[in-house]
Amino acid sequence: MPDLRDLIDISAWNFRTGPLPERQASRADWERVGDALERGSVTLLGLWAGAGCVRLALFASGTRHVGLLSYRTDDSFPSLGRHCAAAQRPERAIRDLYGLVPEGAPDMRPWLDHGRWRMEQPLGTPRPAPPAEPYRFLTAEGDSLHQVPVGPVHAGIIEPGHFRFTAQGETVVRLEERLGYVHKGIEGLMRGVSLDRGAAIAGRTSGDSTVAYAWAFAQAVEAALAMAVPPRALHLRALMAELERLANHLGDIGAICNDAAFAMMLAQCGALRETVLRAADAAFGHRLMRDRIVPGGVAQDLSPEGAAEIRAVMADIGRRFPALVELYDNTASLLDRTVGTGRLAPDLAAAFGAGGFVGRASGRDFDTRRALPYAPYDALTFDVPVRNDGDVNARIWIRIEEVRQSLGLIAQIVDTLPGGEVRTDANLPGSARSGLGLVEGFRGDVLVWVALDPDGQISACHLRDPSWFQWPLLEAVIEGNIIADFPLCNKSFNCSYSGHDL
Amino acid sequence: MLLVVALAPGLIGLVRKVKARLTRRRGAPILQPYRDIARLMRKEAVLAENASWLFRATPYLVFAATWVAAALVPTFATGLQFSWTADLIAIVALLGSARFFLALAGMDIGTSFGGLGASREMMIASVAEPAMLLTVFSIALVAGSTQLSTVAQVMAMPEVGLRVSLGMALVALVIVAIAENARIPVDNPATHLELTMVHEAMVLEYSGRHLAMIEIAAALKLLLYVSLIACIFWPWGTAREEAGVGAMAFGALAYLAKVATAGVALGVLETAIAKMRVFRVPDFLGAALMLGLLGTLLLFVSRSL
Repeated sequence: MPDLRDLIDISAWNFRTGPLPERQASRADWERVGDALERGSVTLLGLWAGAGCVRLALFASGTRHVGLLSYRTDDSFPSLGRHCAAAQRPERAIRDLYGLVPEGAPDMRPWLDHGRWRMEQPLGTPRPAPPAEPYRFLTAEGDSLHQVPVGPVHAGIIEPGHFRFTAQGETVVRLEERLGYVHKGIEGLMRGVSLDRGAAIAGRTSGDSTVAYAWAFAQAVEAALAMAVPPRALHLRALMAELERLANHLGDIGAICNDAAFAMMLAQCGALRETVLRAADAAFGHRLMRDRIVPGGVAQDLSPEGAAEIRAVMADIGRRFPALVELYDNTASLLDRTVGTGRLAPDLAAAFGAGGFVGRASGRDFDTRRALPYAPYDALTFDVPVRNDGDVNARIWIRIEEVRQSLGLIAQIVDTLPGGEVRTDANLPGSARSGLGLVEGFRGDVLVWVALDPDGQISACHLRDPSWFQWPLLEAVIEGNIIADFPLCNKSFNCSYSGHDL
Repeated sequence: MLLVVALAPGLIGLVRKVKARLTRRRGAPILQPYRDIARLMRKEAVLAENASWLFRATPYLVFAATWVAAALVPTFATGLQFSWTADLIAIVALLGSARFFLALAGMDIGTSFGGLGASREMMIASVAEPAMLLTVFSIALVAGSTQLSTVAQVMAMPEVGLRVSLGMALVALVIVAIAENARIPVDNPATHLELTMVHEAMVLEYSGRHLAMIEIAAALKLLLYVSLIACIFWPWGTAREEAGVGAMAFGALAYLAKVATAGVALGVLETAIAKMRVFRVPDFLGAALMLGLLGTLLLFVSRSL
């Protein structure tokens, strides 16, 4: 019998169709959660704060149930990071943003707050910031160790993040990340805005996952308002989400190979990715399909010509992609770099609840589309590829398999597209409500929790990127590898900076 | 001597163009490296505050040493102006000292990437240089001289024929050339990833005319190896010292064709394989070392091999 059955009691059906019940957690409940996390019997889905409370989302694998608890406090709460390393960074972020102190947390350093906001706890009760202390990186002691600081500004056109390597010769002894350079204050921006504005902000949290974010946000709002979305709109959303997954996976496969100086794959995969983006532009009027999903439906219907364009492009990719897979599989010099590099142990992936290809390449069989199903995926057939080897090669193969699955899904969606309306109007809630949205983006599960005022404004919103539980694993993966293999490992994770820094 | 400087950036441009065309890109024009160098020459050179004189002097030293070395390799005709001054061993020494200064300059600034690049470069050089020298020995044993003009003349004679030792020396020299010029699979000249660089990591801090010097030197080095391989193993068409203008012109055309062939071949090779792990490089170069050694030993066993 799984732990905490009394706390993890919201079935996927319930939270996908209606507002969330408010459940207060006592201190004893909170401690029980900590113990269960430590034993690994439940997985952390999210940990965030609101006005005068800390909220927690849990998932018990195999149950199709989630649990949502809130712990009322004005100053501090028992740290879950003592029991579960995955909770440490969210707790540090809570302390930076709200000033709520995790009691007994193993790591009390700031995380998102770099001392450049001119205030402390901007979302709690703001107060002027004292002069920032220098950030203390974790130490590693031993003979002939040296440090290599990399970033936050990198040589390529990528997002900013600082990586502090401690190495012995070429071998990495410890890597520590420092993130938060692209903090935009999204939770603060969300307060008191209309649903339309909220949807726009959600879609801009992480540009490459804009569809997944907009969908998760729309799900949360629709659940809070118990709205029924037209079936055609649901299918169109899934179509966009699969196009996004396809484009990103194709880009990633090429980019990982390019980091092993195999430019051919980048060129070929880049060309395929471009055809997907152009098809999305032709069908939905935006290459990345930003602002196309809104609460209540989708902003733009798919024309028959658009559907034909997508069909043609998918058929083209279906013809050209197998040759690229073969090229990857037959290039010994490339496999020599990817096989065995950056191995992620399955127990770590499970402990952190890593979603997406990172988790699935290390034996964590979790895909929101199946584990906590939502329409229209409950009516579509697809496989969730899982591997156990957990190296760069495995993460590439998971992507390759997912590209194939997405091609199949897109064909099914276009063939079974129902007719009818694509949008309904939002009704007024009338009372304060909250809703939860969980969508499988290309990186993993995107969680959005939203609370609405009685008059339909957003009172609070939290968006949790899958990267929160993937970035820490990158530190573990690189240990014992050589510095020169870091770009390869990093690219195979391809975590989001923007989504994580919020 | 001026010819090699004029030709060197063109070869780099050609390799880039071939790689671009193979990856379905249009690519920059072949003349782009010349424009890049002209642009760098005009630009201001930014120096780190703690840079010593060594850092400033190194680009010129590297350029001078590489240029002299390149000038010692016969291109389209034997009987060079300077061929009496130095031989193959001197070329190896000149390139070695250029590398030595570059590695020192990489460490001079004290950035971690400079040190990382310098240590990797030295690891590669410690295997590449002996391999190069052993190759030189086996060639010298066949030709009876280490003077390149003499070597080229001997090699052009029909009685040299096909030899096992020369085949081994060719493979060894190609491997050394790839490693020394920081090409894939040893290094990636096009990368922006600081952590994987070898040669580029050492010169990260250079800018303006200093960088231009280093870029020309790198281009010269590539041309030098191509010329060296062409002159020793493919001396067809090379004009002799006393030949007339017609033969010289024919030699020049043949040389251009050889360089272009080598550039295309390098571009194809670089597109077809991925970079190897840093610690695999000594194995790769070890093969060159063994081939050079075997070639020399075979010659001791039997003159006819």
